Amino acid sequence: MRETFTKGMARNIYYGGAVFFLLVLIGLTFDTVKGLPKTDNSENMTELVAAGKRVWERNDCIGCHTLLGEGAYFAPELGNVYTRFGESTEAIKGFIKGRPVDGIKGRRSMPQFNLTDEELDAVAEFLKYVDGVKTARDWPPNVQG
Amino acid sequence: MMKYESQGVAKLYFIAAIGLFTGQILFGVVMGLQYVMGDFLFPEIPFNVARMVHTNLLIVWLLFGFMGSAYFLVPEESERELYAPWLAKLMFWIFLVAGALTILGYLLVPYAQLADLTMNDLLPTMGREFLEQPTITKIGIVIVALAFIFNIGMTILTGRKTVINLVLLTGLVGLAVFFLFSFYNPDNIVLDKYFWWFVVHLWVEGVWELIMASLLAFVLIKVTGVDREVIEKWLYIIIAMALISGLVGTGHHFFWIGTPDYWQWLGSIFSALEPIPFFMMTLFAFNVVNKRRRDHPNKAAVLWALGTAVMAFLGAGVWGFLHTLAPVNYYTHGTQVTAAHGHMAFYGAYVMVVLTMISYSMPLMRGQKAGNQKAQVLEMWSFWLMTVSMVFITLFLTGAGILQVYLQRFSEDPLPFMVVQEKVALFYWMREVAGLVFLIGLILYIYSFFAKGDEVVFAED
Repeated sequence: MRETFTKGMARNIYYGGAVFFLLVLIGLTFDTVKGLPKTDNSENMTELVAAGKRVWERNDCIGCHTLLGEGAYFAPELGNVYTRFGESTEAIKGFIKGRPVDGIKGRRSMPQFNLTDEELDAVAEFLKYVDGVKTARDWPPNVQG
Repeated sequence: MMKYESQGVAKLYFIAAIGLFTGQILFGVVMGLQYVMGDFLFPEIPFNVARMVHTNLLIVWLLFGFMGSAYFLVPEESERELYAPWLAKLMFWIFLVAGALTILGYLLVPYAQLADLTMNDLLPTMGREFLEQPTITKIGIVIVALAFIFNIGMTILTGRKTVINLVLLTGLVGLAVFFLFSFYNPDNIVLDKYFWWFVVHLWVEGVWELIMASLLAFVLIKVTGVDREVIEKWLYIIIAMALISGLVGTGHHFFWIGTPDYWQWLGSIFSALEPIPFFMMTLFAFNVVNKRRRDHPNKAAVLWALGTAVMAFLGAGVWGFLHTLAPVNYYTHGTQVTAAHGHMAFYGAYVMVVLTMISYSMPLMRGQKAGNQKAQVLEMWSFWLMTVSMVFITLFLTGAGILQVYLQRFSEDPLPFMVVQEKVALFYWMREVAGLVFLIGLILYIYSFFAKGDEVVFAED
């Protein structure tokens, strides 16, 4: 690099740029958090949904599935599974309950988690609540996720 | 051959890093097979467990690599012994035992049971991607990180302060600070996801870039003898661009998770700038090596350094840009395209920079200026095997991803996820073969440390 561009100038760009854009990110974060109730479906947040999120986490569902596109890519998207399963929490519960203990020969299979009825209710409610989050352009692009 | 005796603690860290790296790759090969033979090791090691082990081992071994690198670099830059070598050794064992217990926990008991055993209910933080560690392990990570930063920080503050060691320290402090967001786990899924990225994005597309750039700058000074002033100017401008683009660039993760629409614009524009620092790193590395004032006998280290710059630009820069614009990401979000990018970016930027540091410092810690002729040739073979196979892993996953996007999201008649997975299986088979070549490269890499051969003859510098 040319001598006209000194180390001091480079340092100032670093400090100035880093501080400025960190502040921008913080400002945008406040704005985002403030505006979230419009999209985050928090009006449907219940004790059961919160319990369902714990069930979701305790069984590491994200280790195979995506949820709103984030997670692992081994198993279907679940951010819209409520819609895909005909808006039926019963169908979701039935699917989870019905997984064979020893899997399916030669194919991917979801483990049998032996969830209690309370846990099944909760996790199905949680998935219904996530489906209600208003994502931009109504992502995912179609019902297949 | 080390300038300061206490630099030698890095060796412990590097040996552990390479060991855990091997575990990571073995589980990667298992997962790759599970993609095409769904019942492989089922139900003993279901995919999610293998993946947790694969990704968590990656994170832990990179942290070992960063810490080892810092312990080697900081005394030399600060021109003094490490503040407390005993603390570095103590923390090594604590981190290793905690890490090993956590991985064993994943493998030996069902995850829900691990959550109970570690009393996750008191402060639930488990079950989120990459942050699967029990809360107690997370607390352990914070303690180790604080002790580490104290040790490094005291060494720097009471010694010579250089741009390299200060940038490294900033990156490491940032790493520790942003990890604290892993303890925040609200019931609101949108909030949870939003702040989850404050760990994940602000690590890998933020402060880790500071760590990476400073490690690379250190090795380049050592192997080329180019004037520090020149290198420091590059370093500043690279990390300036990394933070200017990367901080608001976090927005490319806020397209589809229920966050405001303005992130489509902000995230697209700023993350489109994110390749710039990586491109500059490539220019920097080649520029400095071309202007070298000496031919360092450690040719392997120079190769790793140049390779890091190129592969980081390809993996993080080009493959990141490929799907970072919101209109493209609408289709590619959460597909194999993401996996393709993740693999080459992590390998090119962080795996390779740690291997660069190991390549440069290991011979010195073993009392040589550089590895012997045969060891270097083997190491360079392992470089090419691992790097080329990673390019192919990335290409095959990209192929799978493009097909997946078309069949599942773009075509007139979108097909269900599992139907699409079977249609793209050929790409997964090819990825698995490339993965096995990577494993062979890694075995060769490990073997290179034990190879006997003629000492490298080098000119005095």
